[in-house]
Amino acid sequence: MIAPLDPKTHTAMIVRQPGRSFLKIDHVDKVFERGASRTEVLRDVNLTIEQGEFVTIIGHSGCGKSTLLNLIAGLTPVTRGAVLLEDREVNEPGPDRAVVFQNHSLLPWLTTHENVKLAVDKVFGRVKSREERREWTMRMLELVQMAHAGDKHPSEISGGMKQRVGIARALAMEPKVLLLDEPFGALDALTRAHLQDSVMQIHATLGNTVIMITHDVDEAVLLSDRIVMMTNGPSATIGEVLTVDLPRPRRRLEMVSDAAYIRCREAVMKFLYERHSYVEAAE
Amino acid sequence: MKSSAARLQLVETANCGPRRAVPLSAGALPAAMIARAPPAADRGLPGFAKRVMQNISSVLATVVPPLVVLAVLMIIWELACSGPKSGLPPPTKIWREAKDLILDPFFVNGPQDIGLGLRILTSLQRVAIGFGLSSVVGVLLGALVGQSVWAMRGLDPIFQVLRTVPPLAWLPISLAAFRDASPSAIFVIFITAIWPIIINTAVGIRNIPQDYRNVAEVLRLNPLEYFWRIMIPSAAPYIFTGLRIGIGLSWLAIIAAEMLTGGVGIGFFIWDAWNSSRLSDIVVALIYIGVVGFVLDRLVSWIGQLATRGTAAS
Repeated sequence: MIAPLDPKTHTAMIVRQPGRSFLKIDHVDKVFERGASRTEVLRDVNLTIEQGEFVTIIGHSGCGKSTLLNLIAGLTPVTRGAVLLEDREVNEPGPDRAVVFQNHSLLPWLTTHENVKLAVDKVFGRVKSREERREWTMRMLELVQMAHAGDKHPSEISGGMKQRVGIARALAMEPKVLLLDEPFGALDALTRAHLQDSVMQIHATLGNTVIMITHDVDEAVLLSDRIVMMTNGPSATIGEVLTVDLPRPRRRLEMVSDAAYIRCREAVMKFLYERHSYVEAAE
Repeated sequence: MKSSAARLQLVETANCGPRRAVPLSAGALPAAMIARAPPAADRGLPGFAKRVMQNISSVLATVVPPLVVLAVLMIIWELACSGPKSGLPPPTKIWREAKDLILDPFFVNGPQDIGLGLRILTSLQRVAIGFGLSSVVGVLLGALVGQSVWAMRGLDPIFQVLRTVPPLAWLPISLAAFRDASPSAIFVIFITAIWPIIINTAVGIRNIPQDYRNVAEVLRLNPLEYFWRIMIPSAAPYIFTGLRIGIGLSWLAIIAAEMLTGGVGIGFFIWDAWNSSRLSDIVVALIYIGVVGFVLDRLVSWIGQLATRGTAAS
């Protein structure tokens, strides 16, 4: 859901309704069963996310981060408990919880414009005219600075550009929650930094609610309002939630020497490498 | 500073993105066309002339070796079959006896005395109907089997048994069912070509990446949209492999089926020529069949290349 813009600052005005949680993950367990083997991936996960919040979920690989995101997306059903979005239970995938997948998953037989347009046509096919849908597609591509490559196929653009188009496709659905599943994991450091800046800018402009999976501590601290740290699997759960109290807009270069930034970074590092260090045998 | 460096990075990687290789068969055609351009324009344009010369030499390099081999084979054939006791006609005798068939494919001298081109067209018409039907039904059944675990469990064993039945084994039963030669021949084409189409389509659909399925789920595509927007494009390379095998089998089956059912097809022509000991006519017909089969294969392959241009996973 895109919040109205403040006429003075041109940033999103977020109207929070007190006493009513926007997204609530309520005592969620997830068990995968294959034949006789039974793996409990998540146990008793509780989390409440406010509208307009940017939340990252961090943890070692195999801790069930992606599973948690799939539960919110509705791609995987919960075993026990419930995911509630605006007090309604999530039990199937839908465009109100758009996902940007780790490996972009653009359709290679469509151009970047057509990839975004597929989402726009599907979500706004009834409410917007053809011309409005085309304009909306163009606006979304402009938002991620990809308007120049609308007629290119995914195989003709770089990894970072593909991920930008993936973000444009997700944003084009005007989701209530934008779900990012390690979106920059496969990118080089420079491209990743550039995309992080873009995501921060988009979040500032649209004021949307974002949940992002990452395994990069700097990325988590730089982007988030809150960092959700997961314990190791199996039966992983939320170990700690850190509120990142840094003013926005945040600039990468200033952050490097910012005391609060360093403190947050240290807290996440300590959680990940002291108290819940990665144990291979645990898998 | 940082952001401009990153943008530069983006632009650089964009320019060196993977380019699709130009298919070999497509490259030969324009080269041949340029080589046939009138040489009058050469004098004023040395660059153009040079290019024409290069194209001519590349065309010669592909055309000359098979011609030389062909000539050598013809000479060996001529020498081997020239003896008075030889059972098969040498090339010179074929040329004398079947000149009309070679030079004019489209003559009409009577209801049963027509050129080989016309006979081929009759056979091709049957193939078009039979193969067209098997493409549509094959892709739909393949999609069903690829998509539904229960459909696969139920149908796959039956398909695996039926696909091993030779084409002609279907002919008596289809003659009994249709009571007419032409629909029977079409049915034989249909039943022969359909198995590789079903099996390849099913494999293609089973191999649709989970990512595309997730995209479809998030977008809430309905089954029809999913079929057209995701399934068909994603499985297209597999589908065209099946179609290409299918068209080859169709061409094999129609010749055999026409030998038995009669009519004006090329298959019956061979059988008829054998019965009246016109061996030269048979040799000419064989060459026609080979060339048409080759063209059919290339045609489906070319359509496949056109249709799957963007499908290669990136």
